[in-house]
Amino acid sequence: MRRRLREWGLALLMLGPSLAVLGVFVLYPLGRAIMLGRQRCDPTGRSCETTGWDQYVDVFRSVEFQQAMGVTFKFAAMTVPLGIVLGVGLAVLADKQLKQIGLFRTIFSSTVATSVAVASLMWFFLLNPSVGLLSDWIGGTAKNPGLLFDKDTALWSVAVSSIWANLGFTFIVVTAALQSVPADLYESAYVDGASGWRRFTNVTVPMLGPTLLFVGVVLFSRAFQAYGEFDLLTGGGPEGTTTNIPYLVYGTNSIVKSDDGLRSTVAVLLFGLLLFVSALQFRSIGKRVHYAN
Amino acid sequence: MAQVRLEHITKVFGSGTDAVNAVDDVSIDIAHHDFMILLGPSGCGKSTLLRMVAGLEEPTSGNVYIGDTRVNDVEPKQRDVAMVFQSYALYPHKTVAANIEFPLKVRGVAKAERAAQAARAAETLGLSEYLQRKPGQLSGGQRQRVALARAIVRNPAVFCMDEPLSNLDAKLRGETRAELVDLHRRIDGTIIYVTHDQVEAMTMGTRVAVMNRGTLQQVGTPQEVYDKPATVFVAQFIGTPPMNILPAGLLGSADHLVGVRPEHLRITQGGRISGEVRLVEHLGHEVLLMCDVGGTTVISRQPGDATAGVGDRVELDVSDGHLHRFDATTQRRVD
Repeated sequence: MRRRLREWGLALLMLGPSLAVLGVFVLYPLGRAIMLGRQRCDPTGRSCETTGWDQYVDVFRSVEFQQAMGVTFKFAAMTVPLGIVLGVGLAVLADKQLKQIGLFRTIFSSTVATSVAVASLMWFFLLNPSVGLLSDWIGGTAKNPGLLFDKDTALWSVAVSSIWANLGFTFIVVTAALQSVPADLYESAYVDGASGWRRFTNVTVPMLGPTLLFVGVVLFSRAFQAYGEFDLLTGGGPEGTTTNIPYLVYGTNSIVKSDDGLRSTVAVLLFGLLLFVSALQFRSIGKRVHYAN
Repeated sequence: MAQVRLEHITKVFGSGTDAVNAVDDVSIDIAHHDFMILLGPSGCGKSTLLRMVAGLEEPTSGNVYIGDTRVNDVEPKQRDVAMVFQSYALYPHKTVAANIEFPLKVRGVAKAERAAQAARAAETLGLSEYLQRKPGQLSGGQRQRVALARAIVRNPAVFCMDEPLSNLDAKLRGETRAELVDLHRRIDGTIIYVTHDQVEAMTMGTRVAVMNRGTLQQVGTPQEVYDKPATVFVAQFIGTPPMNILPAGLLGSADHLVGVRPEHLRITQGGRISGEVRLVEHLGHEVLLMCDVGGTTVISRQPGDATAGVGDRVELDVSDGHLHRFDATTQRRVD
């Protein structure tokens, strides 16, 4: 008994520093946010009154939150699969076909060093209807009113910018994973008569399984939390078609921008949603992924 | 019928000053149903040669024939060749059954037929109870048998095996050697087997091709290669301990190198080879004496009850029938 107590004491001592950091910077703010989400505040933020837990239900059911949730899911559905397919495609290309040309690796991975702000500004100018190069090439809607200002194309335009900005991350992680796939497996499949596509689906993809799951989860949570590109490219417009949940929390054009309580409610709901979706990903895909022994 | 013919095969890796001649003008005829061993030290080009038969490498010059077809430009798929890798190259995410079925699946064999053939191959190798396991749940020996089952399942004309036993422990290696010989008897195909282990070569091969630094040294039955080594390299590579090469001029002409196998050296009063015992190795059934003969170490294999000790002077002799003579410059055998 005494020994156990001593072991617990030692364990707490060892865990102390990280527990303190976790507590001060994660758990405490999270708890405060959850409590704040039960309140309504005036625009100054000084006077808040508690309305109760029902506020979470009310906000969740509101038209604005439902629309923002729809935008968030659509944005993830656009960016995650395309981002993975493009990232893996480029990584395989650079690994197999362009092995000798290191330049391609540098180019493909360069977006990892580009901040969201820079990437967004670049795309903002490319898509600008009056001076944008891309707008000139595409023409039509791209010139008037402009891809970022049209209800049907605005979300796709933000998605393209986001896919581009995240491509470097996917490319680097997948490239590293490709190097650890034993060459024997490819050669064995080749001698057995497997075509290039078959080798890709039967060797490359399963061997990349854990990496793809990781990249998928990261891209998914990035898509759910994307804010910078929305703020810089569209400001939530037009007509709320690009107002996702993070924009609802922080955005200058957000309907709840002057109520810290409601903003907290939305933020906590986003946290819950993300937690739920990530757990779902690990449970459903995680089981089918092969981890090396 | 699948004889394999290698005709003046040369393989150069790299170019310019970095060029490495991995295989240098090698010609070998491998008869149908041969168990041909490609034997040599690391980097001698034996694996490269095997990979050229499998279609994983292209010869720089020369021709590879399987049956009567020149296959230089033929894809591995059309060569009717199966390969077993040193690492086994099993798909870790597939079950044993799916691993064995894979070559059939690629060829579009129907599902039921695939399962039946895989079950038959698994039974041949005693894997029936492991079909639903993943390779990670098997021992090294079992994995190795899965790799073999995957090779025999589509009944190929030629089996290429690249050091398939080298990841097994000594005991398992011994057992698997016997199993491979048995397997060779039961199948119709030709086996080409790469190894650096002379015991594997001597015990399994119907014929052995010894290679060194990209060149072919000798092809023959294991006994021929042991009894009449064609070069000094073969003489010293095959046999444990290796053949002694005596100091020049000790027995016969100084133009020749003379070799004697340790087991042919007898201790005899007045023997022609006199030396001092430097080291004695007791192996139970026999004793190895390392003797210093004029600055050269000569090893003699004696019965287990031999009494010579370190520091003793011994006189050794050999009957002329057991001498091997090699040209001092070309290092080739002269008879």
